[in-house]
Amino acid sequence: MSFKVRLRLAVGGRTIALDLASQARLTALVGPSGAGKTSVLNAIAGLARPREGRIAVGGTVLFDSAAGVDLAPERRRAGYVFQDLRLFPHLRVAQNLAYGERIAQPERRWAGREDLIALLGIGHLLRRWPATLSGGEARRVAIGRALLAAPDFLLLDEPTASLDPGRVEALLALVERIRDELAIPILLVSHDRAEVERLAGHVAHLP
Amino acid sequence: MLTGAEWAVIGLSLKVSLVAVLATLPVAYGLAWLLARRRFPGRLLLDAAVHLPLVLPPVVTGWLLLLLFGRAGPVGGWLEAQWGVGLVFRWTGAALAAAVMALPLMVRAMRLSIEAVDRRLVEAARVLGASPARAFATITLPLSAPGIAAGAVLGFARSLGEFGATITFASNIEGETRTLPLAIYTGLQLPGAEGAVARLAVIAILLSLGALLASEWLVRRSMGQRAHVL
Repeated sequence: MSFKVRLRLAVGGRTIALDLASQARLTALVGPSGAGKTSVLNAIAGLARPREGRIAVGGTVLFDSAAGVDLAPERRRAGYVFQDLRLFPHLRVAQNLAYGERIAQPERRWAGREDLIALLGIGHLLRRWPATLSGGEARRVAIGRALLAAPDFLLLDEPTASLDPGRVEALLALVERIRDELAIPILLVSHDRAEVERLAGHVAHLP
Repeated sequence: MLTGAEWAVIGLSLKVSLVAVLATLPVAYGLAWLLARRRFPGRLLLDAAVHLPLVLPPVVTGWLLLLLFGRAGPVGGWLEAQWGVGLVFRWTGAALAAAVMALPLMVRAMRLSIEAVDRRLVEAARVLGASPARAFATITLPLSAPGIAAGAVLGFARSLGEFGATITFASNIEGETRTLPLAIYTGLQLPGAEGAVARLAVIAILLSLGALLASEWLVRRSMGQRAHVL
């Protein structure tokens, strides 16, 4: 249950540095917009390559420039809930949810499909197309899709962004339940101080 | 109404065009994917080579095909010796000429549709555990399917109309390589064939119009699909 991230990363013409070591269940990464928070998540998920550094989650080394380790995204076992969600537009909600679940080895699957669908409250959406979902519905489906792929850790990028104020509370409560009931390490990117204080056991700052 | 010989011309044209498009489909999609998604040395050159038949005089394309695929040509000689396949003066040669001429149009349509597939979706698939091949098969391929269909229809229409490269490379042999345009041209050389020319021309116009409308419909449909993606 830990994130150990030490890296230098090119972000839009400059280089950012981060040194993060956290044993908390939920770690928050905060900083002003444009600081490169999403780029750090991308680097952890394997979608961006740091200039140098080392990324380890729960004892598994995902990237180590000194040792020449750079796992492909599909081998990192990341559950990444993108800020822009990225639901597959040509697949119904049920097929979106099943996408990673189908690939994960059966003995690795730890999230029960029915339980998770109940926890997320998305049972009534299974037949719908992503384009017909509200922002909050789509975000819960994206969280479900990530969790069903049996990830070792969860990356949440601004999970309450673009939600109605009334929906924010429900989503924060959901993240708390995932944190407490599923016992999966979570790295949360947020610029909302109250959100971070409520959820995170450890806070890392990007200047 | 149409005579038996005219029906035979239409049948041959449809066969030549269909074979040309089906055989070119995977090649065109592969080229379109390379040009849309990969950066490699010689990319511009490949792009230009694919588009060459679009701007070259068709008779030059036919002549190049003769050099390459003729009995004495490097590829044609090998095909003949190894497999006993002859292309010159054969309907398969007409299909090859049609395929080469249709290729640039097919690649263009498919390339646009592949470029329109959001790469962030492919990234999402990879993070969810999909190998590059699986992400391609489950995300890029289905989302670019309308472009594949549009490219195929466009290529089919282009193949139906192919004249210059065909007559140069495969010649104008009745029942073998005399497709619709070649039959119309032949009719124009003969006295008293005005009726046949007119009938075949009307068929050609109807087939081409139908293919263009189908292609346009497919493109619009894919645009509509994209609009409700975001």
